Amino acid sequence: MTNLPVDTVVSVENVSKSYGDITAVEDITFSVEKSHTLGLLGSNGAGKTTIIMMLMGILKSSSGKINILNKDIYKYRNQISKEINFASPFVELPHKLTVLQNLTVFGHIYGVKNLSLKIEKLSQDLGIRELLKRRVGRLSAGQKTRVSIAKSLINDPKILFLDEPTASLDPDHADWIRTYLEQYKNKTGATFILASHNMPEVERMCNNVIMMGRGKVIDHGSPKDLINRYNRENLEQVFLQLARNDRV
Amino acid sequence: MILFIRRIYAMILRHIYLFMVSWPRVLELIYWPFLNMVLWAFMSEFLSQNSNLFLLASGVLIASVIMWDTLFRGQLGVTLSFIEELWSRNLGNIAVSPLKPMELILSLIVASLLRTIIGVGGAALAAYFLFDFQIPSYGIGFILFFVNLLVMGWSFGLAICALLIRFGLSAETFAWAALFFIQPLCGVFYPVSILPEWLQPVSMLIPATYVFEGMRLTFFEGIFQIDLLLKACFINLLYIFIGISLLLYSYSYAKKKGLLLGNAE
Repeated sequence: MTNLPVDTVVSVENVSKSYGDITAVEDITFSVEKSHTLGLLGSNGAGKTTIIMMLMGILKSSSGKINILNKDIYKYRNQISKEINFASPFVELPHKLTVLQNLTVFGHIYGVKNLSLKIEKLSQDLGIRELLKRRVGRLSAGQKTRVSIAKSLINDPKILFLDEPTASLDPDHADWIRTYLEQYKNKTGATFILASHNMPEVERMCNNVIMMGRGKVIDHGSPKDLINRYNRENLEQVFLQLARNDRV
Repeated sequence: MILFIRRIYAMILRHIYLFMVSWPRVLELIYWPFLNMVLWAFMSEFLSQNSNLFLLASGVLIASVIMWDTLFRGQLGVTLSFIEELWSRNLGNIAVSPLKPMELILSLIVASLLRTIIGVGGAALAAYFLFDFQIPSYGIGFILFFVNLLVMGWSFGLAICALLIRFGLSAETFAWAALFFIQPLCGVFYPVSILPEWLQPVSMLIPATYVFEGMRLTFFEGIFQIDLLLKACFINLLYIFIGISLLLYSYSYAKKKGLLLGNAE
């Protein structure tokens, strides 16, 4: 970890998280380069969301060091929080408010300049213009995901944390979201940290993958490397092998 | 606009939007204080026809109920504004954002002020038009009593928010019930001298006790006792400090335990 590439935007060094006797994450070390997408893969309870929460600074690690954009996340969270954002189907926007009202509120919270123009552009890009005056609670799962993505991009984040962004979406909507996010990343150079159970999604979007089991890194590498190393046809087969070995 | 003001403004805007799209919420704000006030105003009319004491101070019960509602709505305003985030599972989005805990606290207080102005303000206006009861006519000191009740309500509200962060929505009952526990102790409708002697020192620890005592003195004897106001202010400073500290501590605890993303569940 001492000789990190110049473009490293996320650096995690020997990080652990325990709740009393229970260890959620144990001695994890990794780094992410600018404009890369890192996938966090693992069974339920493997520690993926715990890592994302620590990276965003809303969960204190028990030990170790986390640097985001070359700053300690816990010391400089106020500064860093303006440069990151987050989308997850498990965290929702106020249902009673319209899409426009929600985006306006979060635009102000993130201190977005020319907010009206920004909302106009995002709604155009994400195909939610006709939804702007509708209440979030009345949207379909696919529409809600697009609105949640719009909220997560309102501040042009340098790092975007995605916790199972396409969970509960049909294949068509899920593909649309993935394509949009890929295009966004290519255009802006943003870095994505993606926690997902969807193997084709991870295989398609991620430059690197961390396979986790019981709070530890079981293996890591690019999706292609992992598939070759385990002599499997796809990442799902690699995941199943590692998950079952870990269980044994 | 300075960024921290803009963030607080955003959170207040969020509550204003909520009222704009949900008129039953606004109606509910006005409904209970209005109903309470009308009920006690009629009771007051009845008592003043049958009691010399109430004939002397006919407005005392109306004042008591409006003041109690100020305290209760002040607390509820803070707590409900926070519960809205849990109900809508939005706390995670807020926690990740640049909004600081202290800014969240300030926004909850301003949201509470707005809710109280709508709710209690409606009742006070109705008291004026229906029963010719004018709060401003009792002087600036009387208004300061109201401010004290608001501050005490905010203190309780913030403490309850701390519980909500720690225990999630299972602590929601406190939002509705907590303040009623102290209602018998702070002498809303009767002097604290009525309480058993061993209980009276407890009531002296509550700022509202001094406010209600001061209010009764204004009505019955026509005097405004500044020392009662100062005592209420002093204890309230302590209360608001404890309320803010509890919420900040709870927020920091939630950061250690990972409660900020999944507290609504």
